[in-house]
Amino acid sequence: MDQVLGGVIIGISATMMLLFTGRVTGISGIVGGILNPTTADKNWRVLFLLGLILGGVFLKIIRPELFTVISSAAPYDYVVAGFLVGVGTLLGNGCTSGHGVCGISRFSPRSIVATVTFITAGVISVVIFRLLRGEL
Amino acid sequence: MKGLVALVSGFLFAMGLGIIGMTQPHIVRGFLDVFGAWDWRLIGVMGGAIAVHSITYRFILKRPSPILDAKFQLPTKKDIDTRLILGAIIFGLGWGWAGICPGPGIVAMASGDIAFLYFVGSMLIGMKVFQLLDTKRSL
Repeated sequence: MDQVLGGVIIGISATMMLLFTGRVTGISGIVGGILNPTTADKNWRVLFLLGLILGGVFLKIIRPELFTVISSAAPYDYVVAGFLVGVGTLLGNGCTSGHGVCGISRFSPRSIVATVTFITAGVISVVIFRLLRGEL
Repeated sequence: MKGLVALVSGFLFAMGLGIIGMTQPHIVRGFLDVFGAWDWRLIGVMGGAIAVHSITYRFILKRPSPILDAKFQLPTKKDIDTRLILGAIIFGLGWGWAGICPGPGIVAMASGDIAFLYFVGSMLIGMKVFQLLDTKRSL
């Protein structure tokens, strides 16, 4: 039940953004816009990012168990993965939030194709990771 | 005002991601581990978010403009091109490898676990490198 509730909260967040600011709640796009010197409207992006960070701090205080990390991944795994995520989300114009939630909600063909593609790539990535570690 | 809405929305978004379990890489990788001990529960997340937003979005777009801005700024691209597919593949490979995507990575930095700092730091570098190279537009 918790998970459906979490999903509903995310849906409400995306709804607020669209209703009040007219923007799509795509996190990679919001962050990429902050990094791009040619972006004109940085204020709301920075404040959304600040909201995410403060939300994390608040959760860490009230529900620290939500940050449990169980993984055999090494630091370089996170570095490589982070780099791929950074390049891939800007090249493909979106991540789990922009394509997966907002785009699919609008029945955007681009977002549906992107979501199916990145979930498939994610499945393959987990298989390769486990094969290399002899976990499969 | 727009900034305040963004701040509150970001905070709510973080709550949602945390409650769902997206800030725990093993839960995300469990969802992607279709050939192992598949944990399908994250489907409920996307389902819940999409159920809400797919309805509200229709009502919102009947308005001439958003409440605090002159016009809606929705994505305009329609074509399913190489950039979209290749980008999604690269993103998916990284997402599965770490079990972290951009939002949860940023939210989970508060945990103090260095893994998320490696991830987010490298993600920002990846974005910046992409932006610098993309001005030359080869794809």
